[in-house]
Amino acid sequence: MFFSKKLRLASAVLGVAMLSTVFAGCGGDSGSSDEFKVGANIEMTGNQANYGNAGLEGLRLAIKEANEAGGINGKQIKLVEADNKSESAEAVNAATKLISDDGVKVIVGPAVTANVIAESQVATDNKVPVIAFAATNPDVTVENGAVKPYIFRSCFIDPQQGTVMAQFASKELKAKTAVMYIDSSSDYSKSLGKVFQETFEAAGGKVVMQESFLAKDQDFKAALTKIKAANADVIFIPAYYEEVGKIVKQAREIGITATMLGTDGWDDPKVADIAGASALNNTYFSTHYFAEDPGAKSFIDSFTKEYGHAPNVFAALGYDAGKLLVDALKRAGSDDPEAIRKAIEETKDLQVATAKVTMDPATHNPIKDAIIIENVDGKYVFKSRIAPSK
Amino acid sequence: MDFLHQFVQQLINGVSLGSIYALIALGYTMIYGIIKLINFAHGDIYMVGAYIGFFAITRAGLSIVPALLISMVVTGILGMIVERLAYKPLRHAPRISVLITAIGVSFFLEYASMYFVSPTPRTFPEVIPSVAFNVGPFIVNGQQMLIMGITLVLMLILTYIVQKTKLGKAMRAASFDVETAQLMGINADRVISFTFCIGSALAAAAGVLVGVYYNSIDPLMGIMPGLKAFVAAVLGGIGILPGAVAGGIILGVIEALVSGFISSTFRDAAAFAILILVLLFKPSGIFGKNTREKV
Repeated sequence: MFFSKKLRLASAVLGVAMLSTVFAGCGGDSGSSDEFKVGANIEMTGNQANYGNAGLEGLRLAIKEANEAGGINGKQIKLVEADNKSESAEAVNAATKLISDDGVKVIVGPAVTANVIAESQVATDNKVPVIAFAATNPDVTVENGAVKPYIFRSCFIDPQQGTVMAQFASKELKAKTAVMYIDSSSDYSKSLGKVFQETFEAAGGKVVMQESFLAKDQDFKAALTKIKAANADVIFIPAYYEEVGKIVKQAREIGITATMLGTDGWDDPKVADIAGASALNNTYFSTHYFAEDPGAKSFIDSFTKEYGHAPNVFAALGYDAGKLLVDALKRAGSDDPEAIRKAIEETKDLQVATAKVTMDPATHNPIKDAIIIENVDGKYVFKSRIAPSK
Repeated sequence: MDFLHQFVQQLINGVSLGSIYALIALGYTMIYGIIKLINFAHGDIYMVGAYIGFFAITRAGLSIVPALLISMVVTGILGMIVERLAYKPLRHAPRISVLITAIGVSFFLEYASMYFVSPTPRTFPEVIPSVAFNVGPFIVNGQQMLIMGITLVLMLILTYIVQKTKLGKAMRAASFDVETAQLMGINADRVISFTFCIGSALAAAAGVLVGVYYNSIDPLMGIMPGLKAFVAAVLGGIGILPGAVAGGIILGVIEALVSGFISSTFRDAAAFAILILVLLFKPSGIFGKNTREKV
């Protein structure tokens, strides 16, 4: 019994090994010069899988569309997918496998900041360019003040939203005074607050008060009563949906009528559930993407046709990365990683699903618009599109 | 808004927040009064109460008062079960063992609920229209008045039970000395069980009210209010019922005033600084008498 079990295990292992050689052999054979090999290092399993898989769907669609349109100079793009199991160490393994076993010349992903940062050393050592599609932390592409030559991203970075909301407040809402209400347990919230204040004050406004709370707080009325007394034109709340919902609800209850501003943490239907649709009126937030945006229409249609469900924001970001890559491959004209790297860096005015992007060579962050959405009676209404100031 | 106006508005905010602390603190203090156990699972009992109320309203379509009563009854029974399974076998064990068990029960309730109801926050339906009353220049919310009203009613009922009924008399006797009370023919196990029942029911009431008022509940919602209510109980004098109420309301008001006039960043620091100060200078709390241990 024991032996047979062991034997079965051994044969299973052997079988898998043989099978994988067959596949690897397959890849090796067809990996001749009539294909561009592109790696996807994705969180397919584990607790970040919902981000990774949505992004992968978008990426596959972008590659499929490019292949159907004739590929790159007549050559097809082959997407080699690897699962990093939502772990940083596995992200490094997956990148190593993609580069040395599969021989990819460029990698898209992973989705999450920590995994991209873990991967960047391997990619840099092997001189293989990486496009991160959803990692918004500034440190992904920059290390000790210097840009990482092979690491790019196709989404905007967290601080940009602070800039955008400050510009929106001072230019479109003509706000002169602002209060910031910050989640002091979150780096995301604190860094956004800092950037908002700098931009808002540079534009001639004044942040008259800063208050803070902690994630999981229930009662915000004391601080809100104080904020009400400050009587500012706008209240900036860069936080996640659960607290945002409660803050907006309680603020309206104690009679705050001022405009409230937020960031992509607000982009969740739970906000309206908690706060109530009418309390949410006269609030605005910035985000990557708006489903009813005319520019995104063709993407949404083809995505829905392909997968039978509507895309979310991560799918749109994955698609963006795919478009950026296809465009760069076309201009590079070869599968030499150095040529691809240079082409990505020179991306200019490229229309993707969420916006028009231009790569900033100094930071490897795309210069792209953020969308501002207004909450009107529980519905998202497109308000404006703001280009980042350089 | 001038200073006085803001001050009074913050007092209103503080008293409504403090009423919640008071309801939870009552359970802490009753249980401590009788078996000298700091029941760290109490905050999680409050969370379970909130969920039972939530399901009674959303699944069974009940209105607020029946949902509140059902939640209190079911959570009261849960409190008795917890006591029976986790604490009763340790009745003669060192107090530290029981304390550690309480922490274990707390984690068990948190993560078991996370498994069963998922960690995503739930939103309470609006069972009471949120009406704001303008009393002069001040704003009092209808739900705030409901919280204060229900808290007051529950406290009156509790006072009646403890002071006027036979069971209350037994509870008071047991809190003096369990063994002597047993010698007088009091069934101590039943009294302890009953105490857990009442304490848990009060926590459940607080949970449902918080759900209605703040509109969002999640499996880890009990941690902070549990700790704050513990501070409130110590502040008022642990083991003393009016002390828990006073401690809760004082703590709520202090938090509101600190957020309102100093900075919201220092709010939690102030709450726990109070705990440290009370323990340093008057460990028996505001209502406590200084008793010396006889050697």
